[in-house]
Amino acid sequence: MTVIGQPLDISGVQPAPGAGGSGGSGGSPRREPVAAAARRRLSRPWATLTAIVLAALWTLPTFGLLVTSFRDSQAINTSGWWTALTGPFTLDNYRQVLDTSNTQSLAPFVVNSLVITVPSVVLPVFLATLAAYAFAWMRFRGRDILFVAVFALQVVPIQVTLIPLLQLFVGLKVAGSFWAVWLAHTAFGLPLAVFLLHNFMREIPGDIIEAARVDGAGHVTIFFRLMLPMLKPALAAFGIYQFLWVWNDLLVALTFAGSSNSVAPMTVALYNMTGTRGSQWYLLSAGAFVSILVPMVVFLSLQKYFVRGLLAGSIKG
Amino acid sequence: MNVADKLLVMVAALLIFAVIIGLVLFVVALLEKRGARSVGWFFVGPTVLLLVVGLAYPAVRTVVRSLYNAAGTAFIGISNYTTIFTSGDMLVVLRNTVLWVVIAPFVATAVGLLYALVVDGARGEAAAKSLIFLPMAISFVGAGIIWKFMYEYKYFDPTLANNPRQIGLLNQVLVWLGLPPQQFLLNQPWNNMFLIMVMIWIQAGFAMTILSAAIKAIPLETTEAARLDGVNAVQLFRFITVPSIRPTLVVVLTTIAIGCLKVFDIVRTMTGGLYGTSVVANEFYTQSFTAGNQGLGAALAVILFVLVIPIIVYNIRQLRRAEAR
Repeated sequence: MTVIGQPLDISGVQPAPGAGGSGGSGGSPRREPVAAAARRRLSRPWATLTAIVLAALWTLPTFGLLVTSFRDSQAINTSGWWTALTGPFTLDNYRQVLDTSNTQSLAPFVVNSLVITVPSVVLPVFLATLAAYAFAWMRFRGRDILFVAVFALQVVPIQVTLIPLLQLFVGLKVAGSFWAVWLAHTAFGLPLAVFLLHNFMREIPGDIIEAARVDGAGHVTIFFRLMLPMLKPALAAFGIYQFLWVWNDLLVALTFAGSSNSVAPMTVALYNMTGTRGSQWYLLSAGAFVSILVPMVVFLSLQKYFVRGLLAGSIKG
Repeated sequence: MNVADKLLVMVAALLIFAVIIGLVLFVVALLEKRGARSVGWFFVGPTVLLLVVGLAYPAVRTVVRSLYNAAGTAFIGISNYTTIFTSGDMLVVLRNTVLWVVIAPFVATAVGLLYALVVDGARGEAAAKSLIFLPMAISFVGAGIIWKFMYEYKYFDPTLANNPRQIGLLNQVLVWLGLPPQQFLLNQPWNNMFLIMVMIWIQAGFAMTILSAAIKAIPLETTEAARLDGVNAVQLFRFITVPSIRPTLVVVLTTIAIGCLKVFDIVRTMTGGLYGTSVVANEFYTQSFTAGNQGLGAALAVILFVLVIPIIVYNIRQLRRAEAR
């Protein structure tokens, strides 16, 4: 089996939270893999112990900072968070980082992250869907060479493009504006998007498109009436992928948005904070969780689509 | 700009985009009505334009730029590259990058595989997986802050009776064990390992998810037959599981390796590349934007580019072989 280019059916792998599996009541007879059964008889206690230890190790760092974000700024620096699991807790740190009258407020950066992210997801997804449709179902001169070129551009690390692109933006007088960030994210997201959506599109039976063509439907009609509805899961998958990538990006934002609070996103604000306020954990912890909250919610609610996208496109880091 | 203005700019941008695309598609529809055959270029046009301007042209410019001096005024041949492969500081940068690319993929994949195996078919599997998977939603910057707090160090003097209490969990563990607290992010060369740990923490969930899907795709008959032959759990893993998921293992390892090559945010946030922890992607940023040596920065970017290629070629060849089978 292959992971790339052939979206796997993972419907049973990662059910969305609440969709079962986590409750443990297990009313329905679950198909039990034989491997698991064999292992269970031999080493279940060890397996359980390993799972618990790893899960604890992986959760503790985040949990520690989460507890810290609700503690008094004095207390944070004089005792460990593990001594304060029962409180006292306060919302002061969050008030500080979100209060817009405060000079160190992160609120403008949250808005910037949102303003940066929405077009940076919508543009590449839509453009790539158009291109992928043409590559998959239209005949035109130079199609195959062009597709290989787009595929190959996936290997270009964005570092290689930053300085010349910045100079270009300076020339166009858009450096340090949202426009520069949107254009950069769109260009950087396109190769993977085209490649992934092309693969999804090839899965749609050609007969459907042929039938529509015979009925006299033009490509524009087919694209909007047939393709977009059928591609919803794929669009969601790549959309979430691109959303997380843009929301969590630091390098593109540092290069094209500058660090003023008029354009820079949360990641840049937090990065600056670690430099200037490296030991002010009451601000850093609350700030970090404000920035984590949005992707976390998106991620948990749309996990199924995200995993599907991951399984289909795991060639890109 | 206040909030309303920013949102307005965003809506305006989306509208402009919609109008442009609308016009293009309108023209395509008109042409099609008149019987035009090849309208494909209209569909790929915007993408191709953006890729040429945003990726291809800048990449070529950077390659050329890497052959010029710091200010970009004089052609100096391959001097920037000789600097990278001879100067002591740069060799440390290269060594660190090698450490990242070698250690993080293997450890993250091993942890991910182990976890995928131990929770496979267990009660509450989905919830257990979410715990490991969650770090993937956190930005590298956020992860850097989370781990910096884990590594936090408070002044410690072994000759004193009452030292300040440690607030970083790892140092507290050392204290509990009767060991002196460490400056995890300062002590070379081990500080690199503690940065790499953050990448492992993030990528293990990725490895776990993909490997788990691959393990579940192994046909039941295969494992059933092996079990009837009296194969034990370790043998099952060694002779059935690993060979079956080998192509997936390659994909996971290479994907994480590429991520490690380009790692920037973690190093930038946690140490800024100081104390001997810089890596190629971080050094590129430092040279280009703070040290003002754009020639050297460009050369580092090109090296990054060149290092990515063999990993991807290997990946594709492995996949081809797997598909041919």
